[in-house]
Amino acid sequence: MHLMYFTEQPMSAYPADEGRKRGATALMFSNRHFDPVAGSRLYNEYLEHYRLAEEVGFDGIMLNEHHNAPFCMQAKCNVFASILAAVTKRVKIVLLGNPLPLADNPVRLAEELAMIDMVSRGRLVSGFVRGGGQEQLATGVNPAFNRERFEEAHELIVRAWTQEGPFRFEGNHYQHRVVNPWAVPLQKPHPRIWIPGVLSKETIIWAARQRYPYIALSTAIDATKKIWELYDSVAAEVGYTGGPENRGYLQRCHVAETEEKALANARQFMWMQGEFTGLAHPVWSSPSGYFSPSYRKAFVEYAVGRGSNPRAASFEDQLRDQQIIAGTPKTVLPKFRRLLEETRPSILGLWASDGFVSNQDATTCIRLLGQEVLPAVREMGKELGLWSPFEANAPVSISQPAPVAHRNGA
Amino acid sequence: MTPTVSTLAWTTEEVRVAGSSVRLRTTGRGAPLLVLHHDIGTPEQLPFYEALARRFTVLLPSHPGYDGSERPAWMRSVRDLAVTYQALLAARGSADVSLVGLGFGGWIAAEMATMSPRAFRRLVLVGAMGIKPAAGEILDQALVSYIDYARAGFADQAAFDRLFGADPPTPQLEQWDLNREMTFRIAWKPYMYNPTLPPLLEGVQTEALVVWGDDDRIVPAGCGEQYARALPRSRLAVVEGAGHLVDMEQPEALAKLIVQFVAES
Repeated sequence: MHLMYFTEQPMSAYPADEGRKRGATALMFSNRHFDPVAGSRLYNEYLEHYRLAEEVGFDGIMLNEHHNAPFCMQAKCNVFASILAAVTKRVKIVLLGNPLPLADNPVRLAEELAMIDMVSRGRLVSGFVRGGGQEQLATGVNPAFNRERFEEAHELIVRAWTQEGPFRFEGNHYQHRVVNPWAVPLQKPHPRIWIPGVLSKETIIWAARQRYPYIALSTAIDATKKIWELYDSVAAEVGYTGGPENRGYLQRCHVAETEEKALANARQFMWMQGEFTGLAHPVWSSPSGYFSPSYRKAFVEYAVGRGSNPRAASFEDQLRDQQIIAGTPKTVLPKFRRLLEETRPSILGLWASDGFVSNQDATTCIRLLGQEVLPAVREMGKELGLWSPFEANAPVSISQPAPVAHRNGA
Repeated sequence: MTPTVSTLAWTTEEVRVAGSSVRLRTTGRGAPLLVLHHDIGTPEQLPFYEALARRFTVLLPSHPGYDGSERPAWMRSVRDLAVTYQALLAARGSADVSLVGLGFGGWIAAEMATMSPRAFRRLVLVGAMGIKPAAGEILDQALVSYIDYARAGFADQAAFDRLFGADPPTPQLEQWDLNREMTFRIAWKPYMYNPTLPPLLEGVQTEALVVWGDDDRIVPAGCGEQYARALPRSRLAVVEGAGHLVDMEQPEALAKLIVQFVAES
């Protein structure tokens, strides 16, 4: 298994009552509520958490980015990836990921990622995402071309990594006279690409067609099983058998010395009312053209307050469905076994704390995970044959072979 | 207030133009009048159309990608849309046509007029988008819900309720979403204007009437003055008791202005 540590890097030091008063904490919630003194402290705490995660035995650190919202302080995951490339030694740096459609120059992204891969001595996993709905508005990028831009930028980046330059690129959304970056990745054929997602069937199908691992973000177990059914059927269509090496899952899991404390802290996963994109504004989170056309009816009803958020569920429901796991190391293990047995992922992200969990509790949680949970989960993985893409030495994609330089890597 | 129930008989056809299928409705009798609808699309039955149909042959296309017309995946600008309508008129052999552009449709009409400075009989722009406001901003629908955006087009909210219902049904919302998506595809950035339009308007020889609702909260009234200054042969008229959707809120007053203006020619 590949076990990753994750935090949203919450900007918890903001006046929550102001957010509730405004009714939405994304996009238009004024940045006058951002306190850079607290921001500076929090960034450095999160950096210490990452170092500790490496120390206690995590295999990877998962990073992401969001814009104009307190629920995630990372405005550019490549910044923290660059820092981690220098201050960590062993962990994979797993970006889930760079929002491709937001990039006006994907070649620049290819260069940044190549630099991170070289500085980290080949520890980069470069995931790509579409970006949240409000991110399209925050960056002025047309939501109606989100998926087209995603696919085209992906093609350009992979070509920039694998095809000798100079070459010319003439796409629908990106045109480049000269593609010839002088920073190319250390890993060959190129860094692994993993695709996280939560709802869109189109993304699952696309990832399966590319043979990229798909990372289900905290979906309920039944929904996760449906994701793998779809993924595996597409895999069969394009000529390979889907397995654990293609499956990732992000599990919210807070552990503490006592059940009561764990449960109280786990409630902080609902800090932004349980919505992974924050206290979302129904219109801003779902601009026209951005969401999957198959969900149009649900989204338009949500946008006018007529339906519930198709992405949200209550705390109790999420505990029941194991979208959130909380307890002592001993009591959470059977839940991990159920997750692994029923959905068979080989890549497992542990989203350990959110919101106002204190630095001390967040640190304790990481230690307990490392000392008592990871070793046991690893054993379960071995017993169940959940070999990660690294352990299985899986091909990098449908068209690219397994890596050569990092064969048998951790 | 004007009753909203009408039973105008339209002839509907699908016209192949610029690689896609455009839904075109026609009705009435008289000189041809191409009416270009708003970004929210248009109901089929409006007192405004009824009033126009008494004096004109009204041609009412659903813009490509709106209200059931096929979405042309290639289309990237409002100017593309304007060229498409030029092709549509040419394909039908329509000549001596007058243009009535409503809001977003006004932008399309203005673009068409710049392409054929003498071809149209008359040009009517109502609350037209297309020009960057010298002061203020065009209301950005990306930031408001479908219902709030349509409501912002009315000075009197009761007029919205009569046309769409106080709580519009979900299929209407889905259509507004599809229309909005197409608007984003062709008018996302800059939002709702074309910086190269104003200098080109100077070449338009067609006589133009620029009409604005006195309570337009979507396109600043200053844009009306900017249009009137840019178009060499134009005049400006204001309709009282109307927001942006003048055709839906004050249909008789607007139709009267149009009938008079086009009849003068």
